Amino acid sequence: MSDVRLRGISKSFGPVRAVRDVDLEIERGELVAVLGPSGCGKTTLLRLIAGFERPHAGCVVVGDEVVAGPGRFVPPEKRQVGMVFQDYALFPHLTVEANVAFGLAALTRSEREALTLRTLELVGLQHKARRHPHELSGGERQRVALARALAPEPKLVLLDEPFSNLDASLRAGLRREVELILGDAEATALLVTHDQEEALSLADRLAVMREGHIVQVGVPEEVYERPASRWAAQFVGEVNVLAGIAHGTGVETELGLFDLRAPASGSVHVAVRPEQLELSADHDGNAEVVAREFRGHDVLYRLRHEGGRTVLVQLPSLLLHDVGARVFVRPAASAVTTLVD
Amino acid sequence: MRRADGWTWLTICCALLVAAPLVGLPLSFVAAPGGLAEFSGFVPDALGATAILLVGVGSGTLVLGTGLALLVSFCDFPGRGWVEWALVLPLAMPGYVFTLFALGRDVPGIRSALGAVCIFTLVLYPYVYLLARAAFLAQSRTLLEAARGLGLSRRAAIVRVGLPLARPAILGGVALALMEALADFGTVNLLGVRTFTDAIYRVWFNAFDRDAAMQLATLLVSVTLTLLLLERLARGRARYHQHAATGDVVPPVRLSGLSAVGALVVPIALVGVVVVAPLAQLAAWSVESIREGLLSPEFASAARNSVLLAAMSAVLVPMVAVLLAYGVRAGGSRFAAGAARTATIGYGLPGSVVAVAVIVPLGWLDHRMNAAVGTGLLLTGTVIGLFYAYLVRFLALAWGAVETGLMRIPRQLDDAARGLGADRLDVLARVHLPLMRTGLATAALLVFVEVMKELPATLLLRPLGGDTLAIAVWQATSESLFETAALPAFLIVLVGLLPVAAMIRLSGRRGAELEAAQTAGAWAEEYEVTAI
Repeated sequence: MSDVRLRGISKSFGPVRAVRDVDLEIERGELVAVLGPSGCGKTTLLRLIAGFERPHAGCVVVGDEVVAGPGRFVPPEKRQVGMVFQDYALFPHLTVEANVAFGLAALTRSEREALTLRTLELVGLQHKARRHPHELSGGERQRVALARALAPEPKLVLLDEPFSNLDASLRAGLRREVELILGDAEATALLVTHDQEEALSLADRLAVMREGHIVQVGVPEEVYERPASRWAAQFVGEVNVLAGIAHGTGVETELGLFDLRAPASGSVHVAVRPEQLELSADHDGNAEVVAREFRGHDVLYRLRHEGGRTVLVQLPSLLLHDVGARVFVRPAASAVTTLVD
Repeated sequence: MRRADGWTWLTICCALLVAAPLVGLPLSFVAAPGGLAEFSGFVPDALGATAILLVGVGSGTLVLGTGLALLVSFCDFPGRGWVEWALVLPLAMPGYVFTLFALGRDVPGIRSALGAVCIFTLVLYPYVYLLARAAFLAQSRTLLEAARGLGLSRRAAIVRVGLPLARPAILGGVALALMEALADFGTVNLLGVRTFTDAIYRVWFNAFDRDAAMQLATLLVSVTLTLLLLERLARGRARYHQHAATGDVVPPVRLSGLSAVGALVVPIALVGVVVVAPLAQLAAWSVESIREGLLSPEFASAARNSVLLAAMSAVLVPMVAVLLAYGVRAGGSRFAAGAARTATIGYGLPGSVVAVAVIVPLGWLDHRMNAAVGTGLLLTGTVIGLFYAYLVRFLALAWGAVETGLMRIPRQLDDAARGLGADRLDVLARVHLPLMRTGLATAALLVFVEVMKELPATLLLRPLGGDTLAIAVWQATSESLFETAALPAFLIVLVGLLPVAAMIRLSGRRGAELEAAQTAGAWAEEYEVTAI
């Protein structure tokens, strides 16, 4: 039984159709990430679920309640949907404690204090309870925002680009931490991001959004390995799209023969991830190294193939090839590719 | 299309309450055509005096305000920091108080249109000065350097680039000063200059002809609105220019020797004449009046009335402003925003016009209610009418301060609060009001001071025995009882110094020169320009 259901949600701003006919279900306790480029309508989708915007069509169900639909609109304060804003939107005149307690006005004083403390402990900020937001670091503010959203025990937590305001060095650690906190709180959560790495590593399931549409939904591995379209393949990670001739379970391309996930025949395009290629130093090789991006544990090479096209190859950084070197590029042994448009 | 919600309706009601009387003014020409015939001599007189004031005060404040702004913006001399702020002090001096001083000291030729022009120039130049200075300081060094690179001398660069860039701000300041001059009643009445405000007063009190008063008010309003429009047009471009200018601040030229002495002495002498000398004289007369028992017996009650009226308005007017500004934010409709803008047209309108405008609908209501339940003159015979006039006249002032405060609060905070279960009233009480404290305090202070100084509307609408300090000054001065007028006048100026001092302190604390000037500009704007 899913906890949150969106059915045919649409929203326009004037002539701009920000969200078009979106369907999405989120299971209880699940963390779903909506991934899309900026301007694809993902923030609008969050605001529709939170109740800050009214959909023009479709309905939003949270728990057992229809919160938006034909002839029905529940205002945001009655939806029990928590939101973590991109810039946190902490109340600057209130302490950390009072920020977290803001949504607990209905409780008695002692209940409120206990729950506030418990939530602050969950995010590890009980020692900063009396500070004001401006006295905190970016990461601490983020955790306060999360605690504030979680404290009223909402049916759903929405996170709008929660890590985009943080330094890259902080991001990975906080991502883990947020994942653990959400897990501990057993919260159902929807996260919106344009950062594919973030979405892939954090989400239980991923919804890829483009121009107001959701173009693919699935677990991260599935979305990465079996992109639904060329666009999705290119947006989620790096990819080489190669033309080839399919013969049943194999496809012949200019880089060699790849296995196909599903049998096909005739002229096709396949998505080949950079790590599905191999290369070796070879003076008579079929490609030349044009650029090299060293990323620590691995290296991304940009090659010029003798056919003229650019090919991306990712390898462990055990053996480095220099820029300008001749290499031979071929399919990796285990490479299974997917057809794209 | 969304249905208008409760907040939008609230905004519209507020707007109607405030704007309706003003919209009704021109109807007097329909209701009593030819009502002015009896007073036909007043109009040419008033038009003539208005023309003299417009030309005289316009050129006077233009030259004085711009000149002083040029001096402190582009030159450096010992004591410049002091001079910069001292030059703002005349803002605290109401025209009629300076008139009291001038009449008491028997300045030759002061009882004339020319005398009025001099007085207005001296007390109103800070509008031009503040806006011009803010504009000069916001100019980028790059532009002036580009001009010099093209072969202009420093002086030529300022004249051919600096001044034209600041022109919208300067003209805006002049328009403000002119609006103040036209709105003034005390100065022109005491000097015997027959302007529109004076004519309205005489038609009202001597002939008791409301229709004629309304028609005169309509004529005055059309002049004022034209100025307001000019000011808006000028300011619209001023914004554009200031945003276009980026880069470093222009470094000032260091003056030395005689020119440095002159740069220090001339402004100090000016402020000495406009503020220090009158205050010293008023203090001396006050002491004298207390010692010789010349103080009017009503002084205590006038002081109490003034403080009560000002304090209650300082609560009431910002409260309505909060409702209005909040209605616009919460309702979020363009219609509400338009309504709010309509509600703020009262500012920049002369107090006598506002008084004449509100008395008619109130009088009508009074008669209806009296006929129905025998309430007597509940509205026009009490302070209620006066509060209404203050609301119409000063709402824009409070609205500007409140709205600026509200605009600084990101909408995300509204969303965050609502997502946490707070409804709109909760958001106002728990998020907006605490965050708007400064804006509210500013609004309250501004309204308090303006009501203390207010003369024409109070004079026309006060209930029997409801004299204020301002009325006491005017009355005693018109009877040449200068010593009697001194103490109330002294108190009015002291109170008027509060917001000016607050402004100076505020910008001093911020430190940075440019920011200070911009604060001052914004303040001047908040202080006087918030209409429309």
